[in-house]
Amino acid sequence: MDFISNLEKVLSEGSFALTAEIGPPKGSDPNKIIKKAEILKGYADAFNITDNQTAVVRMSSIAGCSILLNMGMEPIMQLTCRDRNRIALQSEVLGASALGIRNILFLTGDHQSLGNHPDSKGVFDIDSLQLIQIVKKMRNDGVFQNGEVIPYGKPNIFIGAAANPFADPLGLRVERLSKKIAAGADFIQTQSVYNFDRFIEWIDEVRSNGLDKKVHILAGVTPLKSSKMAYRMKFHVPGVDIPDKAYERIINAKDPKKEGYLLALETLQKLKKIKGIHGVHITALFWEDIIPSLVKESKIHKIPSL
Amino acid sequence: MIITRQKNFENIVDLVGKGPVFIAGCSECATLCHTGGEEDVLAMKSALEKKNIEVSGWIVLDPACHLNNDKRLLKSHGKKIEKSKSILVLACGNGVQTVGEIFNDKSVISGTDTLFLGEITRVNKFDRRCNLCGDCQLNIFGPLCPISRCPKSMLNGPCGGAKEGKCEINSNFDCVWIQIYEYLKFCGKLHLLKEIQAPKNWSCSLEMRREL
Repeated sequence: MDFISNLEKVLSEGSFALTAEIGPPKGSDPNKIIKKAEILKGYADAFNITDNQTAVVRMSSIAGCSILLNMGMEPIMQLTCRDRNRIALQSEVLGASALGIRNILFLTGDHQSLGNHPDSKGVFDIDSLQLIQIVKKMRNDGVFQNGEVIPYGKPNIFIGAAANPFADPLGLRVERLSKKIAAGADFIQTQSVYNFDRFIEWIDEVRSNGLDKKVHILAGVTPLKSSKMAYRMKFHVPGVDIPDKAYERIINAKDPKKEGYLLALETLQKLKKIKGIHGVHITALFWEDIIPSLVKESKIHKIPSL
Repeated sequence: MIITRQKNFENIVDLVGKGPVFIAGCSECATLCHTGGEEDVLAMKSALEKKNIEVSGWIVLDPACHLNNDKRLLKSHGKKIEKSKSILVLACGNGVQTVGEIFNDKSVISGTDTLFLGEITRVNKFDRRCNLCGDCQLNIFGPLCPISRCPKSMLNGPCGGAKEGKCEINSNFDCVWIQIYEYLKFCGKLHLLKEIQAPKNWSCSLEMRREL
């Protein structure tokens, strides 16, 4: 069977997949991204390159993905609806496919008022669900959003979407996942897991609806590097749910950095045991070099290069 | 109603210069917003005079966005306006332009910022309710507009950022998608949220004229 991407192959064969996030630099220096990539090469099946995350200007995701491709690494491009209308979004999908980018994670995007150019105008022509549906039709039916046929090559993309099991209203979270699957999502990367009670409640409902058979779910893990980061994540990052117990464990620790590492390690091992979870997605914000030891020590993932 | 806010007073003083200035308010929205009613016009007059700026006269237009009414009402103030260097309009952006159409040889100054089309929730509190998108979505989910009340104008919300019913961009704002969810749950119509809403036709917001 032909797979669109290595990530699809790993997931389809039933292996526990691992993806890791690489934040592009605030600048044009490709070495910044190359250095991070060299550290991570071989430790994950594919690597997310964020799209101006938290609405802060950085090197574009498509450029970062192209750098990874040149290094023989598989990228997951991220594409948000915040900065582009449907014309630019479809164009970006065609361009990505032309460059050999095979995985894209589609997001509505953090609001521009939360970033470093709060005076900017957000686009929000369409939302992530509509974008996922558009890209599925581009790939499967070879048509643009307006119904016109794509004459010179359909994009070949493994379609990703985000899910947040922790956001309000809780009663709608599984319904929303189901809607993203109906729109065309092939794989899901979840918000970082700290609140296991809630996460298990969510995945139970996902399983009882049979959704884990319809989509590949990768659970998010973000190691907390310091008390300051734990505070910012708990109180200031939209969508993140850190229960008091986990928060206190970090801020009361003698060595919060070590405690953050241990918490991430335990989280990875716990997630691997949960039925319906097909992999993990590690987002180590400004701490990418911790990923190799997390992967080795947790033994959750085969490291092909070692 | 069109919701306005008075511009920074020092900014108005800079624009008005030494005067003389004629002030025009509006009897409708700007009156209810306390930006352009009689009280506000008189308060502006006395504040400018305290800065030694001559105010040649004033009027409250009824309403400022009515071209022919404005022409008729302003006629009796012709001499005062003639000797004025500028006309300060305390109305919405539409009112400013309508007055500007009449006096193309004068400097017409906007004393307000026009914020949104909204409701008076209670005295002196105004909430956004409409973005004038030209393609009303209120028959899909009920009387809660996701275009104007969701900062991302999502049609397949909510996003993952809402917390305790509040919007990710400002914890003072209610998340309209959570309101829609609660409303549909109450009506027994949650199934409506299963349907994927297609991309919106934004071209309807480009209408430039309507004639009967």
